[in-house]
Amino acid sequence: MATRSYDIKSYTGFLQITLLCLFVLYAPLIVVAVYSLNASDSIAVWEGFSLRWYADVFTGAESAKFKVAARNSFIIAIIAATVATTIATLAATAMVRGGKFRLRAWSFGLISLPLMVPEIVTAVATLIFFNSIGFERGLLTILLAHIAFCIPFAYLPISARMQGIEDTYEQAAQDLYATKRQAFTKILLPLMLPGIISGYLLAFIISLDDFIITNFVKGAGVETLPTAIFGAVKQGIKPNIMAISTMLLGFSILMVLISYLVSRTDKKS
Amino acid sequence: MAGGATSGGNAVTDTYKEARNWLLLPAWVTLSFLVLAPVLLMLVYSFLTKEFRGGVIWEFSLAAYDQFFFDRGLFGDDPAQIEWTYIAIFWRSIWQAGAATLLSLAIGFPTAYFIATRPEKQRVIWVFLITIPYWVNLLIRTVSMRFLLRDEGPLNSFFMATGLVDGPVHMINTNFAVQVGLFYSYLPFMVLPIYAAVERYNFTLSEAAADLYANKWITLRHIVLPAVKPGVIAGCILVFVPSLGSFLAPDLLGGAKNFMIGSLIEEQFKGNAGNWPFGAAASMILLTMVLIILVIYARAQARSDKEAG
Repeated sequence: MATRSYDIKSYTGFLQITLLCLFVLYAPLIVVAVYSLNASDSIAVWEGFSLRWYADVFTGAESAKFKVAARNSFIIAIIAATVATTIATLAATAMVRGGKFRLRAWSFGLISLPLMVPEIVTAVATLIFFNSIGFERGLLTILLAHIAFCIPFAYLPISARMQGIEDTYEQAAQDLYATKRQAFTKILLPLMLPGIISGYLLAFIISLDDFIITNFVKGAGVETLPTAIFGAVKQGIKPNIMAISTMLLGFSILMVLISYLVSRTDKKS
Repeated sequence: MAGGATSGGNAVTDTYKEARNWLLLPAWVTLSFLVLAPVLLMLVYSFLTKEFRGGVIWEFSLAAYDQFFFDRGLFGDDPAQIEWTYIAIFWRSIWQAGAATLLSLAIGFPTAYFIATRPEKQRVIWVFLITIPYWVNLLIRTVSMRFLLRDEGPLNSFFMATGLVDGPVHMINTNFAVQVGLFYSYLPFMVLPIYAAVERYNFTLSEAAADLYANKWITLRHIVLPAVKPGVIAGCILVFVPSLGSFLAPDLLGGAKNFMIGSLIEEQFKGNAGNWPFGAAASMILLTMVLIILVIYARAQARSDKEAG
């Protein structure tokens, strides 16, 4: 290969643009995190470091409202992610291990439907659906809607993981007189576990963070963290909102980090 | 291909062949009832008569679509003229989403290219850094942007402290703020598919071009860009489609003057003033636009796959 005086792969300015890209992605988050530590009553001036707004979230005037919203959010996210992950795991098993079949493309279309339909359209449709069957809006309607649209987010990492697992292990197990059930629960499921954990965590975050669908299908007076934050922001951004946002932000990043590490450690082994 | 998974014809495949309908049943039921059926029902609702306190009367009517496209005067008996209000809102949405897509492409392409040309170990970290913001609550990200762009916000304080400007630059509640918000919301969607395409690109092609005295920018324009085009198109669709129907960025950053489709739809279902059939019709029009884009994309993809062999 000829030696060149320059690197044909690299372009001047691309590094700078990449750094700009990261700056744009992170600067607003960092700014909010920094201002959540502001001692001042006003968000406009910096008066030194303080954790008072974090204390305010838990003990202040609005703390009761936030506590209920947080409890709703976490209960819904835990149940929705669990149910969606279970459904997605079963579906992925059929889609990846089931060979070719007529309904395969159709099933894949159905599973990815929530990703293709704009979220606001899903929200409108779900509201109309619950309304037409006379289903009272409340926590249960939020939960059902979340289960449905979390399925593709759980499905994708699980099926990606399963496509990487050769079925020779299960064949060997069955050759050695394992029952079909044992081949599934003792061989395939443990091998799929990193994908399942990753799918669960992503579904969990998607549910925890959802605003648009929740906003449509929640009943009057029922709040989750995002709808409570949205309502408060409409009155003006206050420092306690920045504190609660920063906590939610940190929690999401932690979940993604765990999801990432789970899928990574596994690749090494 | 998926290893031996889809080869078929062995005991394992047979096992799952028997069970696959049962395994898929929960997904079919959940998604049919909670996504597919509601969308079809929404189509039906768009042809019903509105109830004044929200909801519908089960009587066939074209009023929702009529209201969208035609203006028949205050009492509804003037000759029909084209109603521009809603078409203008859709047009603005397309324009805003397009601007956000171009902005994302301008920043996202170099970023994706840069990341894809790093040593393999570094790439993972760069990609991870790009993906994290996607998983952070979109509402909080949009609120952060609003905080940042305010007249008294940190960005303006910075501008004024450095003496770049005398008074605050008015950014919030403008079209520009919405574009920045959309760009910021969906930027990772632009970077990732382009990154995947550049990673597969065979750099000996660039070397060949260089040997034939092409300079680097000509190589990028005529060799690299055509090769990674599918990734670029995928990225553009992944940014454009969610931008088109977005609600948070126009609502929190655009204010009342910069209305987009999402806000128009939301308004119809809020409180008692809403018009459900009209909201359903607007949603159907949005959904149709998105499906047309996706079908064109899928066709083009199938054609280029065929050409590639």
